[in-house]
Amino acid sequence: MWGSVRAEMFKLVRRPATWLLLAVALVLGLTFTYLIPYAGYAGGTGGPRSGRGLAAILPAGLVGNSIGGLPVFLGAIALMLGVLIAGGEYGWGTWKTVLAQGPSRLTVYAGKLVAVAAATLALLLAMFASGAVTSAVIATVEKAPLHWPALGDLAIGLGAGWLIATMWAVLGVLLGVGMRGVALPIGLGLVWMLAVQNLLAVVAAPLLDWVAELQKGLPGPNAGSLAASLGATTDTPGVAHLVGGGQAAVVVAIYLVGFAAAGGLLLRSRDIL
Amino acid sequence: MTIPVQTDLLTKRYGDLTAVDRVSLAVRPGEVYGFLGPNGAGKTTTLRMLLGLVRPTSGTVRLFGHSLGTPGHLAQVGALIEGPGFYPYLSGRDNLRVLARYGGASQTRVEVVLDMVDLTARSRDRYGTYSLGMKQRLGVAAALLKDPRLLILDEPTNGLDPAGMADIRTLIRRLGASGCTVLLSSHLLGEVQQICDRVGVISRGRLVAENSVAELRGSASLWVVADPIDLAVARARSLLGDHRVHIDDGGLRVDVAGDRAAWINAELVDAGVAISELRVRERDLEQVFFELTDEGVSHVG
Repeated sequence: MWGSVRAEMFKLVRRPATWLLLAVALVLGLTFTYLIPYAGYAGGTGGPRSGRGLAAILPAGLVGNSIGGLPVFLGAIALMLGVLIAGGEYGWGTWKTVLAQGPSRLTVYAGKLVAVAAATLALLLAMFASGAVTSAVIATVEKAPLHWPALGDLAIGLGAGWLIATMWAVLGVLLGVGMRGVALPIGLGLVWMLAVQNLLAVVAAPLLDWVAELQKGLPGPNAGSLAASLGATTDTPGVAHLVGGGQAAVVVAIYLVGFAAAGGLLLRSRDIL
Repeated sequence: MTIPVQTDLLTKRYGDLTAVDRVSLAVRPGEVYGFLGPNGAGKTTTLRMLLGLVRPTSGTVRLFGHSLGTPGHLAQVGALIEGPGFYPYLSGRDNLRVLARYGGASQTRVEVVLDMVDLTARSRDRYGTYSLGMKQRLGVAAALLKDPRLLILDEPTNGLDPAGMADIRTLIRRLGASGCTVLLSSHLLGEVQQICDRVGVISRGRLVAENSVAELRGSASLWVVADPIDLAVARARSLLGDHRVHIDDGGLRVDVAGDRAAWINAELVDAGVAISELRVRERDLEQVFFELTDEGVSHVG
């Protein structure tokens, strides 16, 4: 098991796509969470967060700002990472090469899950660190007070964000294993995250009560509720107070375990072609 | 000694299609075993079942006595199946380092196997830049990582130039001589004939023959161009019996060992027969293969 973990971590760190996804996540996160709202504030042009003004992008809002993107666009990046980690093995024909070395399928799979969890933790730490630096710079420039969240709140926010990001990434692993590749799982995963979830929330839920109820059990809305409960602004796509934070955390955790188990079962039961 | 490979009534069905049909084969310790069959005959599916990549519908697989799915099943096995598969963004060396971690092989073994397949000089280059032959050699290196007692190689010389093919053949012979058992699938029948001790032939999912190369090829015969042929036939049959003398392809086929050529020549000449050609004729593995599988040359694989 430890050998598989080390092998997966080695591949993850050496893979250029990993760093590209991290860079894209940081750039998108900083741009839409801090830079555009700050530009709007500085230019006095209004905008989605203009009502909260400078306060929304100061260090006190670090937790909510760092995890607010996870229900949708940062989640989509985590999903892509999961697909690449599992689905790439099919495209390159490396499952047979790896399994011929002797580890069981589930050992390799467990190694992949550990690598996924490590990658999403690194993503969250990078989001928090870059957000802390950016918000501190903004506060300094604007001569605003540097009030940081309590250490406990930071830890809870980091944990919740890690849970959400890992849930999406493991969904990516499941899709990669289920569809034995990369392109189709990423395409369908993004359609679900960026289009279907949005259509359900904006179009279907207001019209149909049962869709509104169904939303309370879906992974995206629960991720959004968890982020909202920890301070993410509901101006952010996918962030809304649909259910309580505790319930949302439990549902997201259940999805995480369910996706991981389903991927493992599929990998174990099907032939490696 | 435990048998390296033993299958018993191994079967794989995909819906109505039976890809592998009750195959029972045994590869003995230390031998180089050739596994032959036309394209789609079930070779690769059988090899994949040996490694646990494909689940058998029925039947059993044992490698060194270990059943599929048990912890020791692949402990002493190295394999290259259906072409090399590696990570294109890693170097050849790093690919092997990754595989060594999965399989528990030492990192120093990586350098040893790179040297064995003559890839050390290019081992720091990205795998994606390798030629087909280099990729194939890296695949063989990966199969050797665990210093296996059983090596399963599926078309190991694919994509190699003649020198590369000769190198791999030499390596396989050397491994065989050192006690490593080799199960080799190849579409190059000449190659199999050169390096294999025994051969299994699979056709339409069934094992239709399993024997030593020499026994499969049968005994040699003499082929004589003689005039007059009737006199030659009569004299040869009087010496050897009717069943060992046949008119074949405008000449005379005499089913005796090659070392009796001079004796036959002398007897026929003494009888007044003019001999314009006399040579030993051996069936090669290709002829045997076609007879067993009813395949044309274009379908060999």
